[in-house]
Amino acid sequence: MEHTPPILFSLILLMPLLGSMLIGLGGFIFPGFRKNEKGIGLLATLMVAIPFFVVLYAFFTFHEPVHFGLFGATDSLQWMYSSNSSIGFNLMFDYRLDQLSLTMALIITGVGALIHIYSVAYMHGDRGFYKFFLYLNLFIFAMLNLVLGNNMVVLFLGWEGVGACSYFLIGFWYEDMEKAKAAQKAFVANRIGDFAMIVAMMMLYAHFHTLNLFDVTMSDGTVFTGVVNHLTELSGTAAWLIPLLLFIAATGKSAQIPLFVWLPDAMAGPTPVSALIHAATMVTSGIYLIARMGNVFATEDAEMIRMIIGTVGALTAIMAALIAIAQNDIKKVLAYSTVSQLGFMFVALGAGAYTTAIFHVMTHAFFKACLFLGSGSVIHSMEHTHAVKDPQDIRTMGNLRKYMPSTHITFFISTLAIAGIPGLAGFFSKDEILTLTFLNFMSGETFYLVIWLIGMTTAALTAFYMTRVYFLTFRGEERFALPKAGKHGHDDHGHAKDAAHGDDDHGHGHGVHAPHESPALMTIPLYILAGLAIVGGYLGLPALFGHGSHMLNNWLGGHEGHEGIVTMKNYEHAEHVATAGLEIALILVSILVAVGGVMVSWRLYDKHGLKGDSIVQKRFGKFYTSMQNKFYVDELYQKVLIDPFMYIARNVIMAFDKFVLDGIVNGLGNVTLFLGDTFKLLQTGAVANYAMMLVVGVMVILSYLIFM
Amino acid sequence: MEPTAFHYLAISATMFALGVIGVLTRRNAIVIFMCVELMLNSVNLSLVAFSRTLNDPDGAMLVFFVMCVAAAEAVVGLAIIIAMFRNKQNIDINNFNLFKW
Repeated sequence: MEHTPPILFSLILLMPLLGSMLIGLGGFIFPGFRKNEKGIGLLATLMVAIPFFVVLYAFFTFHEPVHFGLFGATDSLQWMYSSNSSIGFNLMFDYRLDQLSLTMALIITGVGALIHIYSVAYMHGDRGFYKFFLYLNLFIFAMLNLVLGNNMVVLFLGWEGVGACSYFLIGFWYEDMEKAKAAQKAFVANRIGDFAMIVAMMMLYAHFHTLNLFDVTMSDGTVFTGVVNHLTELSGTAAWLIPLLLFIAATGKSAQIPLFVWLPDAMAGPTPVSALIHAATMVTSGIYLIARMGNVFATEDAEMIRMIIGTVGALTAIMAALIAIAQNDIKKVLAYSTVSQLGFMFVALGAGAYTTAIFHVMTHAFFKACLFLGSGSVIHSMEHTHAVKDPQDIRTMGNLRKYMPSTHITFFISTLAIAGIPGLAGFFSKDEILTLTFLNFMSGETFYLVIWLIGMTTAALTAFYMTRVYFLTFRGEERFALPKAGKHGHDDHGHAKDAAHGDDDHGHGHGVHAPHESPALMTIPLYILAGLAIVGGYLGLPALFGHGSHMLNNWLGGHEGHEGIVTMKNYEHAEHVATAGLEIALILVSILVAVGGVMVSWRLYDKHGLKGDSIVQKRFGKFYTSMQNKFYVDELYQKVLIDPFMYIARNVIMAFDKFVLDGIVNGLGNVTLFLGDTFKLLQTGAVANYAMMLVVGVMVILSYLIFM
Repeated sequence: MEPTAFHYLAISATMFALGVIGVLTRRNAIVIFMCVELMLNSVNLSLVAFSRTLNDPDGAMLVFFVMCVAAAEAVVGLAIIIAMFRNKQNIDINNFNLFKW
């Protein structure tokens, strides 16, 4: 790869940026361009697809990490520079392709390109079509900055960039106040995490006097050191405070307790956005951050922080899974499922298994993107039926497999994948997380047994609620009202013309239509993602199949003699206590739990349909109401945080504003008025007075000059 | 007795004081105006006196400037007085307090 000109790699970043600029400026200057959906869609997709192939090329020719700048050479775009060598502060737009960032970039550009294709059909006819692709391309650019950036500042730029794009896209239909509010909520929750990130960056700078992640060589040969390989040298407060702050930053972006509340609301955005940003890429940036800074979590001092990470992850996982059982909005279920799966990733991080976390990021990106896009396809067609009030409510769906075979089959595969059915992607990564947690327990930490038990329960719940969603959506009876074919069934909709079209017409009229399969632009990405959800897991076969069978592990842990960037301390330790028998036993338990969850749910909803929910409700009793109400977390935050804040704002701050600040401003005006009122009396208008004053003045000055 | 600078300056001071008193006490605008001229000329007198005593022509030069300014001032001043008269049929300055707040 050393013969490859770095400018080729710069294209990875420049193309999405260029795409968003072209679409944005084009749409802004030429309103006619906005209508050109084909042109915009093709341009936007190419600007992500081409980088994907470049990343793919880099992946296949990889033999050592590559550094490049935004315009080729590492130092091709300097940002801040101090020639004082004792400060050594040198900030550039420089990027690094190594095992971890390549993996992330592959997911981002690959899944991103598929979702771009899907969006062309999904967003068809929307007033903000060009704006949507402008944001989507900009998001890809920011996300690539996040994962490829070779210093904390560029990483942070991407970190904020994805937050901003997420804000734009959640509030994409901002005329709806609810959606605008959801966007705001996401933004504010993210800000809290970002604050921790900034403080962590400052502390890192205070210790290392640099923010570079890895050593950078300038074109004149000067070397600037990076922090990542020195993170273990931290001691004292910084050794536990920096990882804690980084973790808080990660909880913001990756929707963990206590900052997870924004992600379910983020479903207000268009569904492709939920798939791309709020399932596959942005929400995993917290996991990337911790994996990237893995060294700082690996020290003795950070032992406690690792436990906190594991605990938070496990609690988030089970809480979100419980909430998901009682939700009726198809996207809400998927959103809580995402929160839950992110919790799993944090469990892996807490156990020190960074590659496993990245492995789950990858498989999750495949099946969750597929699920979200599938739900988008369902919502799209339910909207067109005009037969239901809320196109996202699974209570008014059912038996859609008859109408949408492609969506059905891909959704089915992904459901099995996330449920952890053996042979599909989700099984391998989830099982690995649980196995490693258990091995951590075996090597002496009782704490991890609790985590493992919670993880197992969550796995069962995941299988249960995903099967429920699948069943209520695609099987059972049809719970939406349809006109009988050839006869106009519903009097209050449409005209005679619509009735003549029958129920296979696409929803262009106002009448009630049967649901229909989405166009090929939407189903092809679904098939590709479902395919990946099947094969994705084979990149990480359990150690059972022989040493080195875990391809992703080999890749991330070190490649062709180059040291890996991801710490695997615990994992290596765990390998010592692992025996084939134990591993087989754990895998069997996993299979049992997953299959059990699916079977219970399948039988329940197959037999009772929608009434299955009330049976679940009976089982859980009063607890079910809390689940339905999302454990009142939003209400709690309202009471504990927002209300007191508003109270202080209304009373204390407002009083200060009124009396102190307004007092100063108005006081200045009043004093001026008073002085003017007093001294204007001197202006009598009589010329003799003025002359008198003049003379007196002259005399005073003269006497001063003479006598003093 | 040969008049010395002291004599000239004494006359000048007297004239200036008379002018000031006139400006402050009289009400007729033309009289006030003439008193101003008196003050200017008293200054001219002291300038010339100093110039002669010190054997320096600068003072005598300055007198011409003062006279020029006085002429210009007379033009503007008389024009104002005419305008005042046209407005109120008299030139008693107590009737004019346009600048009063």
